[in-house]
Amino acid sequence: MLHGIDLDIPRGKVVAVMGQSGCGKTTLLRIIAAALLPTRGRARVLGQVTGDLDRDALYALRRRMGMLYQFGALFTDMTVFDNVAFQMREHTNLPEDAIRDLVLLKLEAVGLRGAAPLMPAELSGGMARRVALARAIALDPELILYDEPFTGLDPIALGVIARLVRQLNDALGATAVIVTHDVAETLPLVDYVYFMADGRVVAQGTPAEVRRSGVPFVEQFVSGAIDGPVPFHYPAQGYGADLGLAASA
Amino acid sequence: MRAALTHLGAAVTAGIWRLGYGARFFAYLLVHSGTAFRRFRLTLREIYFAGVLSLIIILVSGLFVGMVLGLQGYDTLQRYGSSEALGVLVALSLVRELGPVVAGLLFASRAGSAITAEIGLMKATEQLSAMEMMAVDPIARVVAPRFWGGVLSMPLLAALFSAMGIFGGYLVGVVLIGVDEGAFWSQMQAAVDVRNDILNGVIKSVVFGVAVTLIAVFEGYDAVPTAEGVSGATTRTVVTSSLAILALDFVLTALMFTGGN
Repeated sequence: MLHGIDLDIPRGKVVAVMGQSGCGKTTLLRIIAAALLPTRGRARVLGQVTGDLDRDALYALRRRMGMLYQFGALFTDMTVFDNVAFQMREHTNLPEDAIRDLVLLKLEAVGLRGAAPLMPAELSGGMARRVALARAIALDPELILYDEPFTGLDPIALGVIARLVRQLNDALGATAVIVTHDVAETLPLVDYVYFMADGRVVAQGTPAEVRRSGVPFVEQFVSGAIDGPVPFHYPAQGYGADLGLAASA
Repeated sequence: MRAALTHLGAAVTAGIWRLGYGARFFAYLLVHSGTAFRRFRLTLREIYFAGVLSLIIILVSGLFVGMVLGLQGYDTLQRYGSSEALGVLVALSLVRELGPVVAGLLFASRAGSAITAEIGLMKATEQLSAMEMMAVDPIARVVAPRFWGGVLSMPLLAALFSAMGIFGGYLVGVVLIGVDEGAFWSQMQAAVDVRNDILNGVIKSVVFGVAVTLIAVFEGYDAVPTAEGVSGATTRTVVTSSLAILALDFVLTALMFTGGN
């Protein structure tokens, strides 16, 4: 799936991994999250090689991370409040009063303090994503992973999420990795970009550098051109042959 | 022929692999069940969903099964002039067999399918992955409370099924047909043995509870995370649980009630 990936994500930066669907970027994110282990090579995350960790050490590492899933992955049997409080109740001995204050603080940060008593089914897609973001930062993680955070959002919700990603990262002093194919929202937001194709990194740099890179795939991806290194047509025999014209011609 | 054998071999290998995976899952579940008891509130919630919400179907079914037993039993017994033994027939049929088995089948179709669907949907919507990413073990936090909630609910439901069935038999036999009430209860009291009948019935219901709930949580956890996958897992839960109950019932009956009991 992935080949020869050599990727460095500096502390405190917001880094995007971009590429078309199926290029391996979500696999890369799952390797960073230690949900998958590389079959060759190694992944060092927050100073620890994920392949060397036992279950307890892995969980200790994950307590220093937060992850935002593509569609939020909120716990549907819990209120918004309980979703955000979930990790605090699981991993800390904080009294309920303190948890309440912290949850309201996190929800205020994403503008949804008033939605605390609602169930996930009562939220719009954008609101659910913001609640998931509040949940991801519940324990002030050092590393926040975003899996397609902009997918399926209306323009307003998309802008809100993009702004929150940057603001929260700066406020927490965290490192962020965003896996996405949304060029317009992502490039103004991030410090560094990796472009992937067919399981390899094909270009990297600051947003300005990749725009000037001259790599045909990046140019096609950024401009949204229909045809280019990624062809419009799926490989097939000649159209005429498929229609039975070639033989008669 | 060769293709058929290859297909059969692949199916057998896959079945054995899945059995091994299920056994490992069960062992892991038992080892990580601490949360379900330390935070018993989580298990209580599942007892409510699996047990309390199954009460209506269990009680109504028990009543009707008991009423049918009363009718059928009286019809047969009165031919031999033994209609006073109706209470014994109803009670033993329910406590030994029908209570655990029918309650188990109803539990599998009502609660087992719901448990599979819930866990399967949690998987399909990445809730289990999210939990894992939050350093919370989904087997300890989600699966174990559901498993123990089901295991604890099942004997209680079977007992209520039997009690309601005996009441149904009483309604038909004594109230409607006119069997002597004293004979109905006294013969039942004399013939039903606590250890040989009631305890063995309870053991059956516990075994069925473990089997049904284990199948339900395993199928949910192992479901392909799509709508079709969850649907298939739910169906498998009901089918496999029902067959497991009937097969286990035969084995347990052979062990418990042979040798003159």
